[in-house]
Amino acid sequence: MKRTVLALAFVVMAATAAHAVLPDEMMADPAKEARARGLSRELRCMVCQNQSIDDSEAPLARDLRLLVRERIAAGDSDAQVLDFLVARYGEFVLLKPRLNSHTWLLWFLTPLALSAGGMTLWVQSRRRARASDQEAAASRLTPDEEARLDRLIAAEPASEK
Amino acid sequence: MIAESGHYALVLALGLALIQSTVPILGARWRDVALMNVARSTAIAQLLFVAASFAALVTLHVSSDFSVVNVVENSHSMKPLLYKITGVWGNHEGSMLLWVSILALFGGLVAIFGNNLPISLRAHVLAVQAWIASAFYLFILLTSNPFLRIANPPMEGRDLNPVLQDIGLAVHPPMLYLGYVGFSISFSFAIAALIEGRIDAAWARWVRPWTLIAWIFLTTGIAMGSYWAYYSLGWGGWWFWDPVENASLMPWLAGTALLHSLVVMEKRNALKVWTILLSILAFSLSLLGTFLVRSGVLTSVHAFANDPRRGVFILLILCVFIGGSLSLYVFRASSLKQGGLFAPISREGALVLNNLLLTTACATVFVGTLYPLALEVMTGEKISVGAPFFNLTFGPLFVPLLIALPFGPLLAWKRGDLLGAAQRLTVAGVVALIGLALVMAWTFGGSTLAPLAVGLALFVIVGALVDIVERIGLFRLPLGIAAGRARGLPRSAWGTMLAHAGVGIALIGIVCETSWNSENIRTMKPGDVTNIAGYGLKLESVTPRQGPNYREMAAKFSVLVGGRVIATMLPSKRNFTTRSATTTEAALLSRGASQLYISLGDIAPDGSVAVRIYHKPLVLLIWFGPVLMALGGVLSLSDRRLRVGAPKPAKSYRGLQAAE
Repeated sequence: MKRTVLALAFVVMAATAAHAVLPDEMMADPAKEARARGLSRELRCMVCQNQSIDDSEAPLARDLRLLVRERIAAGDSDAQVLDFLVARYGEFVLLKPRLNSHTWLLWFLTPLALSAGGMTLWVQSRRRARASDQEAAASRLTPDEEARLDRLIAAEPASEK
Repeated sequence: MIAESGHYALVLALGLALIQSTVPILGARWRDVALMNVARSTAIAQLLFVAASFAALVTLHVSSDFSVVNVVENSHSMKPLLYKITGVWGNHEGSMLLWVSILALFGGLVAIFGNNLPISLRAHVLAVQAWIASAFYLFILLTSNPFLRIANPPMEGRDLNPVLQDIGLAVHPPMLYLGYVGFSISFSFAIAALIEGRIDAAWARWVRPWTLIAWIFLTTGIAMGSYWAYYSLGWGGWWFWDPVENASLMPWLAGTALLHSLVVMEKRNALKVWTILLSILAFSLSLLGTFLVRSGVLTSVHAFANDPRRGVFILLILCVFIGGSLSLYVFRASSLKQGGLFAPISREGALVLNNLLLTTACATVFVGTLYPLALEVMTGEKISVGAPFFNLTFGPLFVPLLIALPFGPLLAWKRGDLLGAAQRLTVAGVVALIGLALVMAWTFGGSTLAPLAVGLALFVIVGALVDIVERIGLFRLPLGIAAGRARGLPRSAWGTMLAHAGVGIALIGIVCETSWNSENIRTMKPGDVTNIAGYGLKLESVTPRQGPNYREMAAKFSVLVGGRVIATMLPSKRNFTTRSATTTEAALLSRGASQLYISLGDIAPDGSVAVRIYHKPLVLLIWFGPVLMALGGVLSLSDRRLRVGAPKPAKSYRGLQAAE
């Protein structure tokens, strides 16, 4: 039913619909427009669930798209545009949260989980290899037994003759 | 009368589930075969009663009985029959009823086809199934009863959400639920094994087909949902890293890992404890998904189950089952004996690497989905975690996974020869490099990442073929003998090949769509022509039309290649009067695996239309890949060794095939 919910989100927005990026919003300079599109994909439409302003149909998203283009036209760098929006709307507007004391776990969980898992596997495989060595050692013959075995083997061809 | 019967049948099913959840356990304790066999009859009876209940709800929807709240809120007498039926699960109450119906179906199937299971194992498995079922019957009966009557029945219903009036609703939710709920079987088997304190390779052999069935449905369900979003939401996106999507991706990742660890367990009797944990996790994540979607915890518009009672109830179910099963795991797992030693470079080692990467990917999705919720609860701070985050963290995990993938099937059990495997993959490497160079040259100056990804995808595809080609001796032996060997090869080997190649094919689609998608957004008037990716598109007309329960404005586009019309495309904008909602019906034209995609924006009074036109190269491969994976799963399932109830492995291919 996940799609149901997404679909519902769409309908709620479509009721007051404009469309995502409309021709009249676009900037004349293709390079700047491309930058605006790139930034739009990293910014959240705050009234929608997890949609970027590039995808969203909500009027607020349109306002934000125009704002991004306004800032770009005013000569802001990408970082400045993002700073401007964060200053205005808070970290919530960024779809890729910035690294800080509250988000380090979010960012580092993947490498941590991977290395922790790798370490565990390594340690375990070594432990089990050692355990199997010991097992092999335990089942090895004592010098006495070896000597007896040698004697038996040496005796065997003689008895066959 | 029908509504009351449906309600009553559900109450009876709860009663049966309660019996099934206790009596067989006591039977197993007292070694009483008759008591253990109760599980079988109750599971089948339960299935019949739930099916009756579900049929009752379908009947109410089809006959448009507006004295039932659920029908009033989600149906309309003029709605086409298909959507009257699919509308049954297009809402909270009905979808929960579908959930328990599928749970009962799986329980019934285990009861019917589980003849070869040891009787105490079957009793335990069915009892655990009944615990889950009881919890969800109670949830439905206490908080989400679909059979409630209304005091003053209206003349007409409020209609189903228009976006849901699509064939997608007929396929996607049932598929997804078959997958979600299917993992309950491996969960029940795991719990049963922990209770009995006994687990062996035979256990893995019994669990594997059930896991495979669930995985096949989940794979198709997710792919189908993605395609549905792609054509219905109107901007051509196919994956959004939406929490609700992540909720289905997590069990898929855990389930895929489980499938692979089960192989190790069946063949080598190793990784037992880990496999049990994965079985518990896969279903726990399914429950978590149900909780996320059904409780309304995902704020704002997604909270369409706004009633907190429901949320708390599901959270309780979640805590009891996940907490309970994990505690049981902690207490009992150490009693399971480990077996099967293996060197790091071996088939087992490769499968362990697969598990490590897939579970890490799953953990990434988990933390990305739940972190914002947790942070908000604990500090009140609101952050967003969206596509850019996941692309950066989840994506890189798949690089080592895909590089290692073709090596896995080429390595021997216990101790493998990495160099030998690499030599056998030379062809795949060469094809990948040629592909890489060609794509580089073709898209000179563009992104460098995309051609590399295409190269990797080709490596995976050709690598998947290498194993089969070598085993049947194609190009090496006369064709007739190779064909004979191909027939003799176990179907699971073909399944592996298809599924692995499917991964590469999906990757090609994903890379092409995201890197070389062209887009043309403009305002057009009838008669205007615009170009995209070598196609000319002429807007012929914009005309109003009347549908069964909507009105629409349909645009007619002619698609021109070299001045010749090759097709017409008809995108439209629909207006559903009952809910005063608008939907965008995109028009799609497939050319090979690529597609042209047109969706309409606003229509101005002067007849000009805002249009968004996309050319999406090889986009269909994104869904063709998962279809291949699912087909691979079906082939493996049909393998004699895995067939449910097959007591002995077939002898027919033993002569031709070295033991794996």
